[in-house]
Amino acid sequence: MTQRIIHGHVGIGPTVSGAALVASDNFSARYDLDRIKGVFSRPAHKLFGENYLDKVLVLNISKGGVASAWMLYEMVTRKMAPIALLLNYANPIMAQGAAHANLSMIDRFDDDITTMIKTGEEVTVEPITGKVVVEL
Amino acid sequence: MQLNEIEQSMLAGAMGEPRRRALEHQQKVGQFFDAPDMVEIAQAHIMADTEALGRANVEYLEQVAAYPEADRLVAVPTITDPRGADLKQYKVIRQAEAFINLERRTTAAFQALGVMMTDTCINYQLFMPPVQGQNLAFGDTGVCIYSNSVLGARTNYEGGPSALAAALTGRTPRYGYHLDECRRGTTLFEIQTQPQSLTDWGALGGIIGREMRSYFEVPVINGIEKSPTSDALKHFGAALASFGSTPLFHMIGVTPEAPDLKSVFDGTPPQPISLKKTNIEEFYDDYGVPDDRLDVVVFAAPQLSLVELQSLAGMLDGRKVDTRISLLVCTAPAFKAEADRMGLTEKITRAGALLLEGVCFYQMHAREMGVANQWQRLMTNSAKLTNIISGYGYEPVLGTMEACVASAIAGRVVR
Repeated sequence: MTQRIIHGHVGIGPTVSGAALVASDNFSARYDLDRIKGVFSRPAHKLFGENYLDKVLVLNISKGGVASAWMLYEMVTRKMAPIALLLNYANPIMAQGAAHANLSMIDRFDDDITTMIKTGEEVTVEPITGKVVVEL
Repeated sequence: MQLNEIEQSMLAGAMGEPRRRALEHQQKVGQFFDAPDMVEIAQAHIMADTEALGRANVEYLEQVAAYPEADRLVAVPTITDPRGADLKQYKVIRQAEAFINLERRTTAAFQALGVMMTDTCINYQLFMPPVQGQNLAFGDTGVCIYSNSVLGARTNYEGGPSALAAALTGRTPRYGYHLDECRRGTTLFEIQTQPQSLTDWGALGGIIGREMRSYFEVPVINGIEKSPTSDALKHFGAALASFGSTPLFHMIGVTPEAPDLKSVFDGTPPQPISLKKTNIEEFYDDYGVPDDRLDVVVFAAPQLSLVELQSLAGMLDGRKVDTRISLLVCTAPAFKAEADRMGLTEKITRAGALLLEGVCFYQMHAREMGVANQWQRLMTNSAKLTNIISGYGYEPVLGTMEACVASAIAGRVVR
């Protein structure tokens, strides 16, 4: 099987694999999600209505408030969370939330990550090296 | 990341398990942002409403609170952001007892840690305002951007777990806005219109926030002719931080690190982005609606200052809110006490409005509250709230405080 390898900054959390859910849009757990149903709930978001459970969520930057830091842990504890986050730029809230929840996250890639992975592709996220492997 | 002797001792568990876990958490975050070391802080401010916490984080706080006092007490003065419910008035707005129970458990846990329950997102207008150059660990984006920009203090966005960790260790990783090099301007906005109302200021913040491409982008605002009030900068900063995830701005001739352009840019300033009156008008239009149906009017996000409460009381005095409309006002407990003493609360509530203390609308389990009260169409003078609340199933309408009051009285949207 062919693989494509993408490099980012060293991240947070364990190595995980899953299907990608990608959009050229931003991310806040409080602003964008219905965390009970596990779907994007902000009508203006490009992933509105999409289910994010156990997906490798690939988005542009983290936006908005500080609540996501608690929310990621709560989502992971209820098993109603994405399996990993790949962002062009994470803000401290996402890093703090990922550290608190032990959720895998990488940011700062060589190029725009939302154009390098397609929705549905199988992806392995390796935060300890900052590496993302896309199965082709 | 370099740790000094005290920090190594904490990490080894010599100062108790809560501080060991806190430092371990800070080490992960610091390494993610390539922090060279830690910096001691003067204060911490924790965002921890129960809608964000959920049951899992309430249990986490209770675990920390169960340790012996010597291990669990915070190391620096630590205060709280708004809670999820006003325990004196939650029944009026049909908040579920399950949420109230979580609120009570959270408060008990924080009090066991020695946290002061100030329950406010406008602490800089109330308690021991931060001082220029002071390192802090503040939660709430509005609190961070005001403290960094208007007061010249130094903080990153510290989400609840990290603010708690900083409170326990008395320090935070030195990265981002603790560093001189991260506080330089990156983008220039030339303002060609002067905002008139607090809502105009919020709209301007929202417009600039939409342009921000990362947390580390620092907008510089030029062309403001007269020093804005603290409330104007509060609305501007809260909207900018909310739309842009932006913790610092410089306003030439207004904020302390920006006496002139050459003080904030290295070399030639970038090409400015011009903002005109039409940009502000278009922003209002983005939160317009096709008909005049209205369910609820909200003044919150940020909580209202005493001056805003006085303005609102003046507008509502002797009038009546339409019986089909709910009008909610959120302020800090300390300002509620002042409003009670000065007779403002009576004027506001006699008109049929509800003055809530220690809460902010979007932090009150807004989705469930909307369903319970059949609220969908929401009018507010807060640009920040319009940004947040649509994800909770509301249709936001933006208007000035005068337009919001007129709408509440008329029972329909008046623009």
